[in-house]
Amino acid sequence: MANFSTNEFKGGLKIMLDGEPCNILENEYVKPGKGQAFNRVRLRKLISGKVLEKTFKSGDTVEGADVLDTTLSYLYTDGEFWHFMNNDTFEQIAADSAAVGDNVKWLVENDECTITLWNGSPITVTPPNFVELEITETDPGLKGDTAGTGGKPATLSTGAVVRVPLFVQTGEVIRVDTRSGEYVSRAQK
Amino acid sequence: MTSSNWQPTASIDTLKQRAKIIAQIRQFFADRNVTEVETPQLALHGVSDPYLVSFKSRYVGPESAEGRDLYLQTSPEYAMKRLLCAGSGCIYQLAKAYRNEEGGRLHNPEFTMLEWYRIGFDHFALMDEMAELLQGVLGCDEPERMSYQKAFMRYLNCDPLAESLESIRQRVMDLGVADYAAEETDKDALLQLLFNFCIEPEIGQQQPCFIYHFPASQAALAKIHSVDPRVAERFEVYFKGIELANGFHELADAHEQAERFAADNAKRLALGVEMMQPDQNLLSALEHGLPDCAGVALGIDRLIMQALGKTQLQDVMAFTVKNG
Repeated sequence: MANFSTNEFKGGLKIMLDGEPCNILENEYVKPGKGQAFNRVRLRKLISGKVLEKTFKSGDTVEGADVLDTTLSYLYTDGEFWHFMNNDTFEQIAADSAAVGDNVKWLVENDECTITLWNGSPITVTPPNFVELEITETDPGLKGDTAGTGGKPATLSTGAVVRVPLFVQTGEVIRVDTRSGEYVSRAQK
Repeated sequence: MTSSNWQPTASIDTLKQRAKIIAQIRQFFADRNVTEVETPQLALHGVSDPYLVSFKSRYVGPESAEGRDLYLQTSPEYAMKRLLCAGSGCIYQLAKAYRNEEGGRLHNPEFTMLEWYRIGFDHFALMDEMAELLQGVLGCDEPERMSYQKAFMRYLNCDPLAESLESIRQRVMDLGVADYAAEETDKDALLQLLFNFCIEPEIGQQQPCFIYHFPASQAALAKIHSVDPRVAERFEVYFKGIELANGFHELADAHEQAERFAADNAKRLALGVEMMQPDQNLLSALEHGLPDCAGVALGIDRLIMQALGKTQLQDVMAFTVKNG
């Protein structure tokens, strides 16, 4: 993998730090009127998800990380791995629980997910921003109640629990924002 | 394909406000009988400061058939000092300055600098005058003042003049922000990191703050203090975390200036960057005699940015290096 000098730093660049691939979030060039220049960089470690700030002496180089985002369809899980497929090449890739993490609760068969590969292996799985899931259990709403009273918890088919309005019932399919974990609407039939 | 890249990065309204501030600055100096001057932006010598990178250009023409290198000036200080030595009296200049390898939110490789010199002033008297200018342009209260040493004592409980390189390095390592500090052997570079991370965010938040009496090793073109030789008669101005200006009670000794040129070149050699021939015209002028004076350079784009409540230079510049 190529090395990058601090002059090539920008948001989205993937570099290696402490043996872990990182994504640069922000890069600020600092040059005192008199004295050595440096770059203050905010980055996210792609495996642990940790966000940290690092300072690099301007002109220094760091190793690039061979990190690639691919869009793949979720197929199924065998309990140990989650299997995804490239719809164009039909190539399949298996992600382990560390890569899937908490996002397991948003995986819907045939949904297109973003799989981040490091040296060809999945390190993170990002579900679509919106998914549609069926409610498997929720308390029946009280008669006369309408939206806006804080709602009630509902368990979805994947095990995810979200707050829904009182009028939404077991068996209905709802649309959820996976970034916030919030109910959006009833699914369009 | 159409693109909006041709558009100015600052709004037309902002550029009109900018023009008003520039006019206000010219009036400030007219009121004080300080003469506006212009000096070459393309000159035979570039700055010696090892951490400044000049753009080099090549002149070919009459009496230079073979061509010769000319450097775009990183500040007009050398030429303005020659004017002072030639008897110009108090002078100021509003001009473009050029610094290669600098870009970002608070940097553009080409920017506007206000530089002025006051004969008979020391750095304290110049800070007084600068405080008036800042209050007029920024509408702020009277700026604060703190020595470099006091700032370190207050925010880090550290004496930058007395503490060893190892101890300063340990402080930077403890901050955990700059791994490269472990191999850094330049105490000033380490002090700069501490300053940037621990002091800059604290000072000059309500009104600008003058920091004065930098370590003698960071004297640049300032006199060394006559009573305390550990410090130089140099000051900087900070406002809301941004460095605005750098001023000196000006070094007038030609011999010492020649030594500083040599020291800068030794450092350039160690850093592996191009050496810079000492400016003989400046040395000759200093030998002729520089009147006792203080001078300061102020980044005008940053000043206007702060006066107008903007957060990046491109908001107050018509075009930047990105679309110039």
